[in-house]
Amino acid sequence: MTALVEHRSEGAFATLRRGLRMMPEFRRGLPATFALALVATAGRVVVPIAVQQVIDRGLAGPGGPDLDLVRNVVLACAVVVLLTVVAVYRMNVRLFRTTETALAGLRTQAFRHVHDLSVLHQQGQRRGSLVSRVTSDVDQLSTFMQWGGVLGVVSLGQLLVATVVMSVYSWQLTLVVLVCFVPLAIAVRFFAARLAVVYGIVRERVGDVLAAVSEAVVGASTVRAYGIRERTAARLDRAIDGHYRAQVRAQRTTAAVFVSGEFVAAVANVAVVVAGVLLGLDGDLTPGTLVAFLFLVTLFVAPVQTASEVLNEAQNAIAGFRRVLDVLETEPDVRDPAVADPTTARELPHTPLGVRFEHVTFRYAPGAPPALEDVDLEIAPRRRVAIVGETGSGKTTFAKLVTRLMDPSEGRVLLGDDAAGWVPLDRVAFASLRQRVVMVPQDGFLFDATVADNVRYGRPGLTDADVSAAFEELGLGDWVAGLADGVATRVGQRGESLSAGERQLVAVARAYVADPDLLVLDEATSAVDPATERRLTHALDRLTDGRTTLTIAHRLSTAERAEEVLVVDAGRVVQRGAHADLVDAEGPYARLHASWRRSSAGEPQPAA
Amino acid sequence: MPRRRDAVVRRGMRHVGRAIVEQPGMFALAFLASTLYGAMTVASAYVLGEVVDRVVLPALRDGVTSAGALTLAAAAILGVAVLKILGILGRRLFAGVMGYRLQAEYRRRVTGQYLRLPLSWHQRHPTGQLLSNANSDVEAAWFFVAPLPFACGAVVMIGITVAALVATDPWLAVVGLVVFPLVFLVNAVYSQAMSPRMRRAQQLRAEVSEIAHESFDAALVVKTLGREDVETRRFTGRAEELRDGLVAVGRVRGLFDPLMEALPALGTLAVLLIGATRVVDGATDAGDLVSIAYLFTLLALPIRAIGWVLADLPRALAGFDRVTPVLDATGETPHGTEAAVTGTGGAGLGLRGVDYGFEGAARPTLSGVTFDVAPGSTVAVVGPTGSGKSTLAGLLVRLVDPATGDVLLDGVDLRALREGEVSAQAAFVPQGTFLFDDTVRGNVTLGGDVPDDEVWAALATAAVDDVVRRLPEGLDTRVGERGATLSGGQRQRIALARAVVRRPRLLVLDDATSAVDPAVEARILDALRDAERPSTVVVVAYRQATIALADEVVWLEGGQVLARGSHEQLLAEVPGYAALVRAYAQTEVAA
Repeated sequence: MTALVEHRSEGAFATLRRGLRMMPEFRRGLPATFALALVATAGRVVVPIAVQQVIDRGLAGPGGPDLDLVRNVVLACAVVVLLTVVAVYRMNVRLFRTTETALAGLRTQAFRHVHDLSVLHQQGQRRGSLVSRVTSDVDQLSTFMQWGGVLGVVSLGQLLVATVVMSVYSWQLTLVVLVCFVPLAIAVRFFAARLAVVYGIVRERVGDVLAAVSEAVVGASTVRAYGIRERTAARLDRAIDGHYRAQVRAQRTTAAVFVSGEFVAAVANVAVVVAGVLLGLDGDLTPGTLVAFLFLVTLFVAPVQTASEVLNEAQNAIAGFRRVLDVLETEPDVRDPAVADPTTARELPHTPLGVRFEHVTFRYAPGAPPALEDVDLEIAPRRRVAIVGETGSGKTTFAKLVTRLMDPSEGRVLLGDDAAGWVPLDRVAFASLRQRVVMVPQDGFLFDATVADNVRYGRPGLTDADVSAAFEELGLGDWVAGLADGVATRVGQRGESLSAGERQLVAVARAYVADPDLLVLDEATSAVDPATERRLTHALDRLTDGRTTLTIAHRLSTAERAEEVLVVDAGRVVQRGAHADLVDAEGPYARLHASWRRSSAGEPQPAA
Repeated sequence: MPRRRDAVVRRGMRHVGRAIVEQPGMFALAFLASTLYGAMTVASAYVLGEVVDRVVLPALRDGVTSAGALTLAAAAILGVAVLKILGILGRRLFAGVMGYRLQAEYRRRVTGQYLRLPLSWHQRHPTGQLLSNANSDVEAAWFFVAPLPFACGAVVMIGITVAALVATDPWLAVVGLVVFPLVFLVNAVYSQAMSPRMRRAQQLRAEVSEIAHESFDAALVVKTLGREDVETRRFTGRAEELRDGLVAVGRVRGLFDPLMEALPALGTLAVLLIGATRVVDGATDAGDLVSIAYLFTLLALPIRAIGWVLADLPRALAGFDRVTPVLDATGETPHGTEAAVTGTGGAGLGLRGVDYGFEGAARPTLSGVTFDVAPGSTVAVVGPTGSGKSTLAGLLVRLVDPATGDVLLDGVDLRALREGEVSAQAAFVPQGTFLFDDTVRGNVTLGGDVPDDEVWAALATAAVDDVVRRLPEGLDTRVGERGATLSGGQRQRIALARAVVRRPRLLVLDDATSAVDPAVEARILDALRDAERPSTVVVVAYRQATIALADEVVWLEGGQVLARGSHEQLLAEVPGYAALVRAYAQTEVAA
């Protein structure tokens, strides 16, 4: 199992480049959007120009005040302002459309990809964080792109256009203004680093809060049963308080950065007035120009202040972006050959399926002790095989290899039979594999829908009557009849309106209607009462005639009934044969069986 | 329509009021700072106007100036700027503290409710939803607070500006009187248009998240049935609806933003046009014209702050509306004042006509359950799948209360006992184990003051001491989020140790030993029974070995107690019971 790819130390720009490569839709719309953004900055410099024109040419024109000129200038500028409104509106709509389209694409791409990754079923505890990859991480990115990103681009454009306008008016004063702002531009780097640190702490504290809340929610029954409300509340308070303090500290830094722009602007104003007057004395500067400069200086302040606001958003967004991209760039351990390499992808033969393991070894991590070691065996088609062994002996690993939830570290698994040929499992197209080979896991998750909907998940198109009939065939008619609305009963979130055993009944029915040729039951009825289990498995035996069944169970009743028993111990298949033969032979099976007999026959075992 | 608009605006204003009432001190400070900022902003425009009028224009006109005049001008500009900066600092810090305090306070209230509300409430609410209520919804509810004092300061600033305009020139004042109401009008129309769109987007966000949660939880089923494409289509459908919803939001915001920016610019231009006429008429001077034009330019930002607050109010309301049901939820488990009997060994249990039904379910899960458990005895609850055993187990330790009927501990109704009394007497190990992200010790003691040797003894009883000894830091090893670093069986045994270490007078095991060796199970039950004060044990089980340890068996079927008695008695008298517990024995006969 591969861990997720991680690029923690990657720079922001590298992340953006990586991301843009993955979102062609986004890149395509970008140039036109930037062009509109440039137009948008025009609206901001037009007012200072109007001020200069009105003062210099309107009021102090050579022929005395010229009100016509004032009117014309003001009207022209007003038109520009209105055009800017249209341009910005167009830009915003474009931006929203392209970013949301691109991000919806990213979201679904990531969603699909997460389903291909083994972390999803191997490490259940990381599911919550994987959900954030397709929800909050993308949301944050969208906020940033539409708010921060635009603001950043417009601010930069504004700096550029303002500088150009200023140089046209007076290069000397432009120099004066730039000199005032240079120290700030240099300091911004320092500010950015500082802000990154304080907001990094804020993000960590948010994580603490989430962890504490999730304990209180997920552990609700434990918290109540053990009367540890106070303790849990104290933990929550600590986390919430830590988050609060980090936020306040971050705010202090942001405020300091924010006002530095304000202070520099005041200094620049003073410099403009003093230098402007001195220049004006030489006749190099008109009053209007000087005033226009004072207006233009305000355009320099905004970008710095914007940066202080946007930076946190940007860092959050980029961190989230990086996480999404890391998910997308994690190669699935198991890939559908129909997608990975269509030319070699194959279908399973349309005959009953046998299973062959060729010197299969599996390690959960490189260098780890093998969970299965050098398993070499063949199971004939249509056999009913029970796999037994102690917890941790490798039974479930066996099941996951047969169903290709994972690939062996060494050796290979094949399905088929001698007549129709054996197909290496890693060549079988998933469409064929998942249709013919179905596993029922111990925790058969149910969707928040009706019992019938959940069963239909195994085979879309079945009617409620079909589903009822399936339950009848499985000997579960009585159970269905006892439900409030029969198969139309809603099972609640995660099926929690049903008991653990009832959920397993639905999961077995779901696999049954899928009608696979190879059925793998991994402790699929562990929480079902023995009588129901017996009825169910008898029905399955009857109905599965003609298909191959691999059953993993710690209740050895299954093994007693199977045609063949495989005994797994410490990753190796140590015994194989019919129950009747094994139970009399020396070996682990006889021991397992005796122990199970005692516990199910009601004799407490002597304490070890 | 007008009534609905009123509703949105009025609700928004009430929400703003709520923020101010909750944090009056911080708001007052932030508001004062904002007012200082606002006044200084107006002042800076006038200083600039005066400097232009008295220093710049004369100098450029006459070609002479004095160092004194320039110095004075510089000092005035800088002085006003410093005061303005103080205003900004105060505004941001106090407003920040105000918003963060509100967030923290509401997080405390929401999570307090999570801990207070009964388990039945939790069962009705998806985990994902509760997480986002405490986190993003609370944040959304108070996000607008950061620019709130700024916006209030802006309103003051507008007031000062209008006064200044009127004082300077009535005609210029007209510009202000046209532009400022327009600002408010645009804002009102905006909130009106935005509110339903925003609510829909929030709703879709929640739905996308729920699909992702469910689908990822179902990963194994999805994969083994090859339904990845179906799931992706399901997710894509909702993600695309969300996209359309967000684009709809964007279209409104996309127009609002440039309009809010254009209004002050158009105001400035109007000032230039009218002002120039007035200057020519001699009614005002160029300095005043510059002041007012500059003032309009400076006002652009504070006016936007008003927009930020108003723009965020719909989102804030949507967030708050999601938080309110949690805060208003009742059904807090009320506690009585009585103390349980202590120190006399196992607790006695009694159930009297207990009914329980899940909300929305047509049939009750339990009905008319009545039986007693003698102090110090061990009772096995046995029944077919779905007969209500887990619900019954939860009732015994008051995870839920019966709809009707009573559960008695030592003859006292559980509801009459003081808070904490039930958990002090009883320990419960549920079917699914939950471990905290804490050390092994912390998970066993749950913060109680328990000496290490007792922790080790409990771990030994649960046959998990060897495992813990092999962990890198022994008792101090952190088990990771939800016990991720341990195997299922190890987690279950640590949960058993957690119960054992408390030496409970009543131990309820809900099929909690399924992954535990029968020998270990027997040892745990023996340890509890052989103690100085033997515990009463109620165990939900299928295994005959477990059942055989019980003094009495309660046979539960369809939510009703259909039989009670010794194992042998029930075997002889109840066919369903015999079929269930001897299912395996029969298998052998059949085989």
